[in-house]
Amino acid sequence: MSSTPIAERGPGRGFGFPPWNRLIVYACAVFIVCWSVGPFVWQMSTAFQLDRQLMSGTPTLVPDPLTFDHFVNIFVAKSFQRYLFNSVIVAGATTLLCLLFGAVAAFALARLDIRGRFGILGFVLGVSMFPQIAIVAPLYVLASQFDWLDTYRVLIVVYLALGLPLVIWVLFGYFRTIPLTIDEAARIDGARPLTIFFRITLPMSLPGVVTTGLLCFIAAWNEFMFALAFTSDIRHQTVPVGIANFTDLHYVPWGDIAAASVVVTLPLVLLVLIFERHIIAGLAGGAVKE
Amino acid sequence: MAVAKTLAREVNLQPPGIRFRMWRPGPVLLLVPALAAIAAVSVYPVILGLWLSLRNTTLASPEDSFIGFANYQQLLTDSGFWNAWVHTIEFTTASTLLETLLGLVIALILAERFLGRGAVRAAMLIPWAIPTVVTSKMFGWLFDGQNGVVNYLLLRIGLIQHHISWYGSPDTALGTIVVADVWKTTPFMALLLLAGLQTIPHSLSEAALIDGASPWQRFWCVRLPLLAPSLLIAAMFRALDAFRIFDLVYVLTGGGPADSTEVLSTLTYKNLFSALQFGYGSALATAMFVTEILIALGFGIFLLRKLKEVGQ
Repeated sequence: MSSTPIAERGPGRGFGFPPWNRLIVYACAVFIVCWSVGPFVWQMSTAFQLDRQLMSGTPTLVPDPLTFDHFVNIFVAKSFQRYLFNSVIVAGATTLLCLLFGAVAAFALARLDIRGRFGILGFVLGVSMFPQIAIVAPLYVLASQFDWLDTYRVLIVVYLALGLPLVIWVLFGYFRTIPLTIDEAARIDGARPLTIFFRITLPMSLPGVVTTGLLCFIAAWNEFMFALAFTSDIRHQTVPVGIANFTDLHYVPWGDIAAASVVVTLPLVLLVLIFERHIIAGLAGGAVKE
Repeated sequence: MAVAKTLAREVNLQPPGIRFRMWRPGPVLLLVPALAAIAAVSVYPVILGLWLSLRNTTLASPEDSFIGFANYQQLLTDSGFWNAWVHTIEFTTASTLLETLLGLVIALILAERFLGRGAVRAAMLIPWAIPTVVTSKMFGWLFDGQNGVVNYLLLRIGLIQHHISWYGSPDTALGTIVVADVWKTTPFMALLLLAGLQTIPHSLSEAALIDGASPWQRFWCVRLPLLAPSLLIAAMFRALDAFRIFDLVYVLTGGGPADSTEVLSTLTYKNLFSALQFGYGSALATAMFVTEILIALGFGIFLLRKLKEVGQ
């Protein structure tokens, strides 16, 4: 990833624009960045503006005066920290379990002698294509039978199963890149599969595992429909449900919503910016390679 | 040296994996936790859902008996269902086409080497990472009928004469949702296509250049045909995903105004959790499932044909 192949260097690469067209390329690049970042920047600016300014009819990008009212409001009046706490527990537990189950399965599929591995991988991928609305009703019935509604565990178990296909596929790709000779050497030294997994495969693919965990965390952190269906009060509701419910009877509290958006999104944005290269490589490996 | 290395790798990768003859059931046991979780939460509920769709279960009353295909008969004559079905197909087609085409253009630009390319790629991941619920609210504010900045800007440059209630009027609501979805997903699509573009050997493009091909010819005759499989796979995943749209619609419009943005997921959700019609709701979900399978099959057949063409 870090070193560029020689063929990619030098002029004449890619589309081969004449030099005067470089300007167009740069203009497009600026446009792409503004398009991607603009709405979120606007949301950030909104979070620091007073309501009367937001309703004044002439929107401004730079907040003047700058206010923290909306942040105070969401934490004091709307107990936003409770949603955050719930989300951290659910997404954190989901990520750990997903990585554990998924990595072990991916290891078995990638490194051990399993008949029909591509059948299993295909099955896992097929399952991830199910419309989720098709399982929400039966799961609701099951959850109420087990008395699992309004608990963390129902969300964790559901997110675990929804996240596993992605984890298995991405980690399968990572594990395949480690030479099998290493496993063989360990086996000759008497190591058993799980020892090889924990002592060799896992440490060797740590960047991949961390990235996969991040993908899994983001998916669980952002999930809305199951959280909406399976939880009914603030004790177990996650952040997306909390934000969706931010409406007052008479008007939409855009400032509060913006503040909450910034609070839940900024950590994700920072993580994504840090892990950018790994994320793209991991996702591309799972989605594009035939 | 390099040849020996490659050879060694090939020899080692040829067998499907290492055989642990001493411990036969081992490898399969490692799959059990993951597959059990998937089976319990995805496969079993789907079967249970099929069963529910043949019953008249409602959570509002103790009524719960087998009624055969009555739910499906009701479905075929339910104008609400067909209304949602059409919206879903419209949304899926529009967003998939726009996202694929725009994504391809962006990917081609990013395939150029220029200063700050890494930063552009990083910025493009931001829309993808933002929770969809937040995206919904964000576009709700941008496109707000009273104080939204989109109205303000369009008024200023004179494209519109008066404030438009973008997602509050049936004419523009579905379009607004498409715009929000395009914003959220196009960058990611572009990154996938970029990854596909970068696997195309550069030598091919260069050979065409030496033969005097114009940039346009190099795109149409060299890179596009080679990118086609990646493009189709990415479009298929995108279409299947767009077909399931729920969060964006549910939070931004709730299916309104006047059912003009009602899609299959939101309709099913309302039948399940507002009307508590678990039997009929499950029939809706099954109908959705069937449509999704048909979409996947359509893409799959097309893809196989394309791959055969490339192979010849």
